[in-house]
Amino acid sequence: MATNESYETHEYDVLVIGAGGAGLRAAVEASAAGVKTALICKSLLGKAHTVMAEGGIAAAMGNVWKEDNWQVHFRDTMRGGKMLNNWRMAQLHAMESPDRVLELEEWGALFDRTKDGLISQRDFGGHRYARLAHVGDRTGLEMIRTLQQHAVHKGIDVHMECNIQRLLMDGDRVCGAVGYWRPTGKLVAFKAKAVVLATGGVGKAWKYTSNSWESTGDGITLGLDAGADLIDMECIQFHPTGMLWPTSVRGILVTESVRGDGGTLKNSEGVRFMFNYITEYFKGETADNEKEADAWYQDKKNNRRTPDLLPRDEVARAIHAEVKAGRGTPHGGVFLDICSRRSADYIRKRLPSMYHQFKELADVDITKEPMEVGPTCHYIMGGIRVDADTAATRVPGLFAAGEVAGGMHGANRLGGNSLSDLIVFGRRAGLAAAQYVKSLKGAVSVDQGTVKAALGELLSPFERTGGENPYAIHADLQECMQTLVGIIRTESELKKALEEIAVFKQRLTRVKVDGGREFNPGWHLALDLYSMLSVSEATTLGAIARKESRGGHTRDDYPMADDRLGKVNMVIRKRTGQMSVTEEPLPEMPPELKTLLQERK
Amino acid sequence: MAASMVTMRVWRGDAKGGAFKDYRVEAQEGMVVLDVIHTIQATQAGDLACRWNCKAGKCGSCSAEINGKPRLMCMTRMNTFKPDETVTVSPIKAFPLFRDLATDVSFNYEKARQIPAFKPGPKEADGTRRMQQEDVERSQEFRKCIECFLCQNVCHVIRDHPENKSAFAGPRYLMRIAELEMHPLDTNDRLDLAQAKAGLGYCNITKCCTEVCPEHIHITDNALIPLKERVVSEKYDPIVWLARKLSGKS
Repeated sequence: MATNESYETHEYDVLVIGAGGAGLRAAVEASAAGVKTALICKSLLGKAHTVMAEGGIAAAMGNVWKEDNWQVHFRDTMRGGKMLNNWRMAQLHAMESPDRVLELEEWGALFDRTKDGLISQRDFGGHRYARLAHVGDRTGLEMIRTLQQHAVHKGIDVHMECNIQRLLMDGDRVCGAVGYWRPTGKLVAFKAKAVVLATGGVGKAWKYTSNSWESTGDGITLGLDAGADLIDMECIQFHPTGMLWPTSVRGILVTESVRGDGGTLKNSEGVRFMFNYITEYFKGETADNEKEADAWYQDKKNNRRTPDLLPRDEVARAIHAEVKAGRGTPHGGVFLDICSRRSADYIRKRLPSMYHQFKELADVDITKEPMEVGPTCHYIMGGIRVDADTAATRVPGLFAAGEVAGGMHGANRLGGNSLSDLIVFGRRAGLAAAQYVKSLKGAVSVDQGTVKAALGELLSPFERTGGENPYAIHADLQECMQTLVGIIRTESELKKALEEIAVFKQRLTRVKVDGGREFNPGWHLALDLYSMLSVSEATTLGAIARKESRGGHTRDDYPMADDRLGKVNMVIRKRTGQMSVTEEPLPEMPPELKTLLQERK
Repeated sequence: MAASMVTMRVWRGDAKGGAFKDYRVEAQEGMVVLDVIHTIQATQAGDLACRWNCKAGKCGSCSAEINGKPRLMCMTRMNTFKPDETVTVSPIKAFPLFRDLATDVSFNYEKARQIPAFKPGPKEADGTRRMQQEDVERSQEFRKCIECFLCQNVCHVIRDHPENKSAFAGPRYLMRIAELEMHPLDTNDRLDLAQAKAGLGYCNITKCCTEVCPEHIHITDNALIPLKERVVSEKYDPIVWLARKLSGKS
């Protein structure tokens, strides 16, 4: 029902939705190009999920290993992504990330240093060389704070605690967005010539996740509903090391830096089991015995890398298998031990927030005892399909960057490649959006009736009498996705998940929220559930269609990779209210890049 | 697994008024205060307002006063209270209330904007920026700040005297000025700002800010006192004044 309530209207050239690394970087670039830019934060500025990133930013700067360069980074990224990546995104990312990191330094970031005063780089899973620029284990905080402190002086209008719920269309092109202010519950419309989606991921649809409340798939859903394509939504990263106990903290991230800095995974029998899970694909570059793996920490030239640092999909599956075989810890995970190799001082210096987190939340002193860890839903590799160079979606005026976009990471993302993704493609999206605005002929027009109808929908949960509790639907959805669309999947369970999601959608139409409009989390959740259900359905549809195992998508009933499916994206579109899946070929990689992939130096 | 019933006394209300309301909730082993607040939302009061994001002590969103002590709700374990103790949760006091546990913290964002941006000097001859680890560590300590605003909340200069807000940036932003002053590459001078507009002189180093910092940053000892010393030596020391005149740095 359309609303007659009055609402604020703001007008911009470029509207950036989402204020994590990608959104901030996009807004900075758009504003620098001279167009009127606004940045919308769902939370307060500086609290977006980027703040939780720990390990570092992957960039082949060659500060620690001069042998490193963009070609090696490109190869690592493609191999880590099981070749499902958009090759052009992977190339641009590897080429541009060093400049983007140095730019953060120009804006005030203070990275840890090498002995000769350059930005230090640390080891991470799947990266051939120590490549992650970092600040202890709080690199995401450094990135978001640097961008935030830079952005507030750049003439960008920052709108905090504003939740965007619908995009506005002028014919086939985007012309703005509507939503509400979280503190007051008042409605707001933004008229904009271009919109950049930078809203992050989907983790809150799963029960055990490292993601914050904001990761509800809003941007993916906004894009899908506006006519954009989604790709590879089935590729979800379960980070191998989340906290397990106490139950209330289950899922909170334990950074991969623990392993990068010397931590090893052990099962309940004390065995370093990762040696038993080295797949053919990574045999050439992975140590197959403890002696070589241990020597690798000191001498990377003459030893192969420890299997503890295989890409995340491999490690998560290995942990899952160990637990299933009865070699798990008391709380159903494995041990992560850094205290056997490193001194207490080293651990507190390199991993201060991990030390703090375990001490405060689990009464575990990681300088003296191992951590208990298990997989946690962490990241979606799939997302909105974009043009690699411009971050443009197929909808005119609509751009997407960061976790909301798909393609860059293929079927599995390497650690550290997310923060670099944000700044490389955030910048490209901001720039392309500004150029689009400048080339646009004529004004965009916003239909008031559409705005009122969209805003009216947002208020409907208040108007029902009696009904469903949004928190209960959320809990049921999380249980469903965790058990039926988790790390290991099978057709019958995926189909059951689809049926359950259909029921949740029905229940959502009966949600009644209590209380008023001001800062009402029950209402906010009721609205966010629409997005969570939408991305859950898309992931499940993609997971049914991809009848193979690849990266972050593992099928019990199709345990092997299928060469044919490795050359296609699963594309999801929504037309007349229904989602459909089609296979479409990956963009063809030019021969010179193919050669890079074959080289094994 | 030990689950137990706990009583939470939570402030409910808005700028116009309100009252504490008691909730009996089942708390599971290992829960933090924020978990119990979430349980109340899910089962008894769907509209109970509170901010949170990471639930891991990294974002600084869930600041509140727990039994009168400014804390992060996500880092306060329920087992730190006596089994039959009623746990009181109220909004941070120094900022205007939106509703329940959510306050209007826009003051902090206004103060942040008033601090001139980082401005680096020229690069090294080889085009790099070189800094030694020990030189970046001073500012790195301050950059651990998660902007929970608990230090702002307890600082008596504004907590007890809201009228000082226009002339006082608070510990978080005085520390930000100190951070930039100690940044090896920065060339902007913010000492005038610190003294004249940010109200450094109001601070009488009672260390309340340091005590509540969840990141254990030594705000007073490492940021505020050194900043005061710099202001004093630069502004009032005739030798420093003369040297600056002679070197042409005003």
